[in-house]
Amino acid sequence: MKVLRRFFDKQEKHFTSGGKLERLFPLYEAVDTFLFTPDKRTEGPVHVRDVIDLKRTMMIVVYALIPTVLMAFYNTGLQANLIYQQTGLPGDLPWQAEVIRALGVGFDPSNLLANVLQGALYFLPVYIITLAAGGFWEVLFASVRRHEVNEGFLVTSLLFPLILPPTIPYWQVALGISFGVVIGKEVFGGVGMNILNPALTARAFLFFAYPAQISGDKVWVAVDGLSKATPLAKFADPVMEVTASWWNAFWGFIPGSMGETSVFACLIGAAVLVITGIGSWRIILSVVIGMVGMSLFFNAVGSESNPMFQLAPHWHLVLGGFAFGTVYMATDPVSAAMTRGGKYVYGLLIGILVVMVRVVNPAFPEGMMLAILFMNVFAPIIDRIYINRNIKRRLARNVV
Amino acid sequence: MKKYKDVLFDPIFNNNPIGRQILGICSALAVTSKLETSIVMSMAVIFVLSFSNLSVSMIRKHIPNNIRIIVEMTIIASLVIIADQIIKAYAFDISKQLSVYVGLIITNCIIMGRAEAFALQNPPVVSFIDGIGNGLGYSFVLLVVGFFRELLGSGQLLGYQVLKLSTDGGWYVQNGLFLLSPSAFFLIGFMIWVIRTWKPEQVEEE
Repeated sequence: MKVLRRFFDKQEKHFTSGGKLERLFPLYEAVDTFLFTPDKRTEGPVHVRDVIDLKRTMMIVVYALIPTVLMAFYNTGLQANLIYQQTGLPGDLPWQAEVIRALGVGFDPSNLLANVLQGALYFLPVYIITLAAGGFWEVLFASVRRHEVNEGFLVTSLLFPLILPPTIPYWQVALGISFGVVIGKEVFGGVGMNILNPALTARAFLFFAYPAQISGDKVWVAVDGLSKATPLAKFADPVMEVTASWWNAFWGFIPGSMGETSVFACLIGAAVLVITGIGSWRIILSVVIGMVGMSLFFNAVGSESNPMFQLAPHWHLVLGGFAFGTVYMATDPVSAAMTRGGKYVYGLLIGILVVMVRVVNPAFPEGMMLAILFMNVFAPIIDRIYINRNIKRRLARNVV
Repeated sequence: MKKYKDVLFDPIFNNNPIGRQILGICSALAVTSKLETSIVMSMAVIFVLSFSNLSVSMIRKHIPNNIRIIVEMTIIASLVIIADQIIKAYAFDISKQLSVYVGLIITNCIIMGRAEAFALQNPPVVSFIDGIGNGLGYSFVLLVVGFFRELLGSGQLLGYQVLKLSTDGGWYVQNGLFLLSPSAFFLIGFMIWVIRTWKPEQVEEE
């Protein structure tokens, strides 16, 4: 550690004012403070001190995401290996599978190492590209606008690969995160100013720009050209038969976006976020209540032609990106509602909207992304109503 | 002469009706999925805008103030009908693609705005030139947006395949977002960003 610290101290003179790489100071500062605790202290008449700062907040979210990352490794590999076991290895393998073969690990779906290794070979390149492409824009804006690159980007860049299908083309990853970082965040002034969740903005861009690579039946398992629908899509289609059991969906052994399948991993993350007070339990709770209420309503209404009307709340909970979105994205402290009452309204409406998009709109089997983005846009209005109500209430109390 | 030149060219970059005054956004979203429709729409708007400015300016001293909006609307509506009929007669296919949006030029805020803000106070010739200038400013935005939307959305320009699509064995994967209207919002936003970086005096004070 000391060697690394000395190395950083030695390099610092190139980046401070007058140095050769003065304009790249945000890059140096970012790498330095990602790795070490900054030595800045509060100065002057500051009376409120708190251990929790932006740095710590964002790092806790990154830690809370680790279970889903591990599940992404395992399940992406598992889904591919299950198919290879059924059909045998095809003639031309994707490069990930070639590497596995060269290493001699094999394609046995009951072998933990084989699954994790194969999943990692799908997840890590996407993650590295996200870091590189998104990081490029972060540093560019930070250099020009003279603000710092902070840990918020680590959260965005980890969320984004987790909500992509394993077969996503790499250039689309780069394009998507560029759009998310620039349009979703930097045009508004950087971290803390954005009205939308940048990772979801990036995904929404890809979803509307290149629907063939991010929706439908062909993309969810890391095997070329294989058509395997997610269980959610199967429920929506009256012809297909649902094969996944509820417990499989709960543990996350179903096809889907890389990190979103496991409700169990999301629950661990939720526990971390709620206990540390980073994620709002009010939002998580109200999203779930909204979802349960709306799906019970649709169950009661019923429909002859649309099987999604019959889908029970406990299935809505484990399918698609509901759990992942609820825990990690709806609770994003920047784009969510800030007021206490506003959080309940915001969460309830997300829950209601998800079920409405899933059930009523046949074009989109999944509604979590759209519901959260939509409510992100309304969060400031909700807050405004609650703040104004509070002002009125206090004025009335102190009437002269 | 300088005055005419300013009136003609100012609205293109310095005081662009879409980029600076934020008028006429709706049609800029609706008709720009192809370059061809953008061009025809631009020509129609230049025609209506310049002649409505000219006509309103010619009778500006005779219009009773309290019914001036109705008089202006009548003039604009007549011109739009003429433009619509001409497009239907000579470019029927494009007229079908533009559908209601030629008729909706009547409600385009730029035209009312220029009639109210400029033609009512200025003599006919300079009003006519102001109409052409603002029409050119509108066209400039439409053409740029139409260019990028058609190129990125379908890999074509004016109907010719410029980028070979992956569906026909080429390398370019169609970007479906640019075929949807919201993409025009992003593009117009980018344009405003670029213009204001180039001319910082356009940035509103906070």
